[in-house]
Amino acid sequence: MAVRTLAETSVGDTIGPVTTRVGRETLVAYAAASGDQNPIHQDEAIARSVGLPDVIAHGMWTMGAAGSVVGKWAGDGGRVVEFGTRFTRPVVVPASGGEVEVSGVVKALDETTRRATVELTASSGGEKVLGRCLAVVQLD
Amino acid sequence: MAVNEDFLGRTYPPQGPYAVDAPALAAFASAVGSDDPVHTSADAAHAAGYRDVVAPPTFAVTLAQRCDAQLIEDPQAGIDYSRVVHGEQKFVHHRPITAGDQVMGALTVDSVRQAGGHVMVTTRTELTTADGEALCTSTSTIVVRGGE
Repeated sequence: MAVRTLAETSVGDTIGPVTTRVGRETLVAYAAASGDQNPIHQDEAIARSVGLPDVIAHGMWTMGAAGSVVGKWAGDGGRVVEFGTRFTRPVVVPASGGEVEVSGVVKALDETTRRATVELTASSGGEKVLGRCLAVVQLD
Repeated sequence: MAVNEDFLGRTYPPQGPYAVDAPALAAFASAVGSDDPVHTSADAAHAAGYRDVVAPPTFAVTLAQRCDAQLIEDPQAGIDYSRVVHGEQKFVHHRPITAGDQVMGALTVDSVRQAGGHVMVTTRTELTTADGEALCTSTSTIVVRGGE
């Protein structure tokens, strides 16, 4: 994968949208990979028993999916040097699966450090699920 | 509902070392929908200038949450985990975490505050190598929901 350069990047450049499917099996895999085995991310009955509409994705799964998108845009995932978000709404994952759509826009470029600040938007079911999601990526 | 505010400002002894290996990085990358070869192929990682396969941008949470458990699982802290939701998360990477790293994590409770009937607890975990080289600062805010 080619690494993105400062010269080819401008404030206002857009990323995506990229749609990532999330099924129950995705959450089982994320639980195993992350160690977060909270049953509200896997078990519909337990999720409903605590007042959720259905199984919900781990917030960190959603952030991770957004990280995959911005990492690919930058050239590789090791170039994401800062990454932060608020978790504003859950991603509901019915038995048939759900989707998250991630897009982004370049908000700032630092000519000295050759870094770009990207604001990411993640939506599921037509609602934004992440707030103030900002990534700083190292360009070449 | 209560969270013990005496924990504010507390710093715990470093935990670890936690060994980071290539299969764990590949499994994490796959789970978050990444097909980026630097997370799965040592050759691709070398070609991109890394010494071994690289952690995805949010992988550090798996290490930081092991450190957070010192607070969350301490009965004295008074945190009811069934009422916890993740409010905010931030990573500042000082250098990419790669396979082969032995990672230590030092947890500090940065803030405990009431907001709208809930309690928000912000923790910071400084991830380093065993030699003290800075890897990542992971900051997490959890929301402990108030009772009905």
